[in-house]
Amino acid sequence: MPNLNFSAPTTVDEAVRALAGAQGLAKPLSGGTDLLVQMRSGRVRPEVIVDLKRIPELIGIREEGDRFVIGASTPGAMVYENAALTKAWPGIVEGLDLIGSAQIQGRASLAGNLCNASPAADSVPAMIAARATAVIAGPGGRREAPIEAIVTGPGQTSLGKGEFVVAFHIPKPKPHQSDAYLRFIPRTEMDIAVVGCGVNVTLDESGVCTDARVVLGAVAPTQVIVEEAAQELKGHRLDEETLSRLDAAAQRACKPITDKRGTIEYRTKVAGVLARRAAAIAFERAAGRVAGVH
Amino acid sequence: MAKQHVSTIINGEPVEYLCEAQQTLLDVLRDELNLTGSKEGCSSGDCGACTVIVDGNIVCSCLMLGAEAEGRKITTIEGIAEGDKLHPVQQKFLEHAALQCGFCTPGFIVAAKALLDENKNPTEEETRYWLAGNLCRCTGYDKIVRAVLDAAAVMRGENPPSPAA
Repeated sequence: MPNLNFSAPTTVDEAVRALAGAQGLAKPLSGGTDLLVQMRSGRVRPEVIVDLKRIPELIGIREEGDRFVIGASTPGAMVYENAALTKAWPGIVEGLDLIGSAQIQGRASLAGNLCNASPAADSVPAMIAARATAVIAGPGGRREAPIEAIVTGPGQTSLGKGEFVVAFHIPKPKPHQSDAYLRFIPRTEMDIAVVGCGVNVTLDESGVCTDARVVLGAVAPTQVIVEEAAQELKGHRLDEETLSRLDAAAQRACKPITDKRGTIEYRTKVAGVLARRAAAIAFERAAGRVAGVH
Repeated sequence: MAKQHVSTIINGEPVEYLCEAQQTLLDVLRDELNLTGSKEGCSSGDCGACTVIVDGNIVCSCLMLGAEAEGRKITTIEGIAEGDKLHPVQQKFLEHAALQCGFCTPGFIVAAKALLDENKNPTEEETRYWLAGNLCRCTGYDKIVRAVLDAAAVMRGENPPSPAA
């Protein structure tokens, strides 16, 4: 890595200029838990690194009206210490918390996990399921995009030169709305998802599902929103027949690869099982959630 | 590229250094500041041998650039004891023989100290999950977990029985 240039600006505009003005590869740095590993292996050879953590807007969690705003570079350890967010969206917090060790949680961020663009990124499915959006800064100003519009393939994003995520907007849950995220790994800790599944449901007063989003990770080149699975949940309670239709719909949405973590057949089967289990948790949480308690 | 000038606080002392942009904090600690207690195991954030505390959070110093340390407060294994007095975690590692080759020990002690700063009475399960980011190829972990739980008891002012000989 000869001639690497490091800067740590304190404003978004300065960071955009530093990233957009680079001739070679310019990488924004949040926790660095992916970037530094990729640099060491030689897979990524940036000319410019722009540390975003000195920009006040990029660190911390706040509530603005009917949404949470999470600074893009906020480390996991700070996210799961936030009681309001943990109560509102336990699935999102669970997904982020599953990434790596306590040491990794001291640094790893939602933006890094998203923009590293791994199909197995644990924090992404529940964010998509909650209909979260990313606020993106760049040379053309700011824009907002749904989370599912960011990752376009393994290691690939839709962010243009000089663009980076500033913050995430997550709507607060409606009454009787909640979420869950589960991943399957063959160990108990410190591994990468074989399959991940985020489920976000809204129930009516009688426990019937009125809205749902089911999102799978690690079974296709990007996270998959399983529309068909959501349709199977809407208008139903979580009875056995609904669960088996959900399971089948999740399996049909899988386009996985075979690798050392699992075969195509195995991943497909596990996707159905995780969809069932995550839905059961999300329904239970949503049923227990009363109006006005956020 | 000009070297980065960094002012930081390490183990309570103001420290200034110059580093290359690509040098990790671990490189700086070991090669520039001669703080060689933090170990380089995997260089990819898997083994935890380079664990240090930055502004209250444990991090792998191999996954942080030296230039990022500007203005931060860093504690390394060299800052865990108070002068000649070992930290209870260090004392219990000795008493329980919670180390063999010793390469992973600094990382475990820093991580365990950070756990006990936050949680005075961790369960065995909490302790094992917290230490999941530290790998040990010698001990089988059990003695390490016993040492940490015993140190927690000492720090709570309890007087647990000595470990079996």
